[in-house]
Amino acid sequence: MSDRLIYLDNNATTQVDEQVLEEMLPYLKGEYANPSSMYTFAKKSSNAIKEARVKVKEFVNAESEREIIFTSCGTESANTAIRGVLSMNKDKRHIITTKVEHPCVLNVYKSLEKQGYNVDYIGVNSNGELDLEELSNKVNGDTALVSVMYANNETGVINPIDKVSEIIKSKNKNTKLYVDAVQVAGKIPIDVQACGADMLGISGHKFHAPKGVGALYVNSKTIITPLIIGGHQEKGKRAGTENVPYIAGLGKACEIAQENLHYEATEVKRLRDKLEQGILKNIFNARLNTGVANRVPNTTNIGFEYVEGELILLHMSDLGICASSGSACTSGSLEPSHVLRAMNVPFTAIHGSIRFSLSKYTTEKDIDYVNSVMPEIIEKIVKLSPYQDELAELRRRKGV
Amino acid sequence: MWDYSEKVMDHYRNPRNVGKIDDADAVGNAGSLTCGDQLKIYLKIKDGIVTDAKFQTFGCGSAVASSSILTEMIIGKSVEDVRKITNKDIADELGGLPPEKMHCSVMGYEALEDALKGYVDKDDLNQALNVVNGKSEIKEKIVCTCFGVTENVIWEAIKLNGLTTVEEVTNYTKAGGACGKCKSAIQDIIDTYYHKEKKVKEEAPVLSPAQKILKINNIIENQISPELQKDGGDITLVDIVDNKVSVRLRGRCSGCRNSNLTLKAFVETTLKNAVDKNIEVIEVN
Repeated sequence: MSDRLIYLDNNATTQVDEQVLEEMLPYLKGEYANPSSMYTFAKKSSNAIKEARVKVKEFVNAESEREIIFTSCGTESANTAIRGVLSMNKDKRHIITTKVEHPCVLNVYKSLEKQGYNVDYIGVNSNGELDLEELSNKVNGDTALVSVMYANNETGVINPIDKVSEIIKSKNKNTKLYVDAVQVAGKIPIDVQACGADMLGISGHKFHAPKGVGALYVNSKTIITPLIIGGHQEKGKRAGTENVPYIAGLGKACEIAQENLHYEATEVKRLRDKLEQGILKNIFNARLNTGVANRVPNTTNIGFEYVEGELILLHMSDLGICASSGSACTSGSLEPSHVLRAMNVPFTAIHGSIRFSLSKYTTEKDIDYVNSVMPEIIEKIVKLSPYQDELAELRRRKGV
Repeated sequence: MWDYSEKVMDHYRNPRNVGKIDDADAVGNAGSLTCGDQLKIYLKIKDGIVTDAKFQTFGCGSAVASSSILTEMIIGKSVEDVRKITNKDIADELGGLPPEKMHCSVMGYEALEDALKGYVDKDDLNQALNVVNGKSEIKEKIVCTCFGVTENVIWEAIKLNGLTTVEEVTNYTKAGGACGKCKSAIQDIIDTYYHKEKKVKEEAPVLSPAQKILKINNIIENQISPELQKDGGDITLVDIVDNKVSVRLRGRCSGCRNSNLTLKAFVETTLKNAVDKNIEVIEVN
């Protein structure tokens, strides 16, 4: 329909940075040696992995690069950490996570629950903020593992990992903490030592590396069994010939992201706020689903009352604008987002919730354009709604 | 990304006949805001012919397209012909819908059915009343408590579209698409439709009254109560007289407003499937 492309779905995936691609290319061309090989030809690919490991170590501020394991994605990082730590602590049967976790953690927990684990799912308030008191009450002597995401993929709401860690360790110093940091990498600084995570996972394609590579930090005090068994790679913690070009790309992406954090915190945030305020001011049935919660700088989640999300996305797509929705219809599942349900987003707005997520490539022009067309899109859909009286009342109250 | 046909895209981009008819002769409603899609259809009928139709839809692209094309399909047709339109006709007219979106066409069909149920043809008052009475009784049996889908809707979807699996039924009616508790009940309806029920019935042992009471108690305590507790609800067995089971219910369903009504239906369906198809659940306070 439109030649224009305004990509505001960076929490789903991101554009690969040119410099990342450049870093990868030699290993997709001439430098194809298996890094485990003995000859000099393998030196460059083996060095590429070493260097990338140092870059990831610095990116998350690990104590040693020995604490970094390369994986294929965030989901593999989560599965390795959770299953790996539990199989080392078989006597303990209690595990905790949150109700708003990404499926890569939540569904692992549900599967463990079926296998007989006692699971507590900690709730959030209407802003999406974790109930720390509930967490504190649930940790006990039998708790093997707690998994808490660093920031939520749908809302961008940041969890205070340092406080979470403090609470857990004060109740049971042997309980391990896994942090799914996929949605904060490249958006806010990560410091595993300061925040007290025992394990932490990231995924390359969320911060301008390609899809198919991720990393898992496991501190030296935490022992896990491998998920994938085979060769000696990654010190036996993740077998399989190393994906050299992608690992090199991930290292480069970490380096660039680290340098870019200031831009994220200032420019990306400014554009996000401009978009958010524009929509909330100009569209009468828009509501900010997260209220005043502390969020990553690139994400906003806005509910449009009495209209449905997929239809909003389809009209946006006709104008070349890409975003996501928590509505049931977009996923093929029949229920709206588990995150928005856990937040008790009103049923009038839950199906019409749209997530906009920006990146360093988002321009002022992009945001101005989206702000200029969103009111017409929503008005077009509002006309179809069977809730004309309710909409008129909303319009009157907002005075638009 | 859904694989929508050109016609679906045309209809959600440029929906026809949007709005309300203030002096409509028939109005139909299907779905609800809580469930994520809702359609209201308004008909003007003169001398047994639908002279005008308008719609209001809260829903996704395919829901709007289904509603829009439905109004085009019925304007100018006789009420008699309109009554024959099925969800399959709507989907076909749109050039097909993705399997997961077939329930949008079913919603169009349901709204139309609802409109015509309320419309009393003066020449054929008795027949119309029969339709109302006959259908409304069957409609009471809600199978999917999350989306409020009745046995009748599932039965019709199986019949009209030749559905054979629970997954297909979910795609067409949404039933079983949320908590999934009713999946075995859906399977039973499919089996019944394809005459597989006989075998089960023959094999089922005849229970003595005492055995029956024990079994009901057992199922409520060990199957139904834990399920309800998961959602913050609970059930207490109060009394059993013949096939009448009195229970006290406390429910909190995730989305729907009619949660207590649907809760009762869930309990009843579970007991009917497990113990006796004649069981009636009575809610007491």
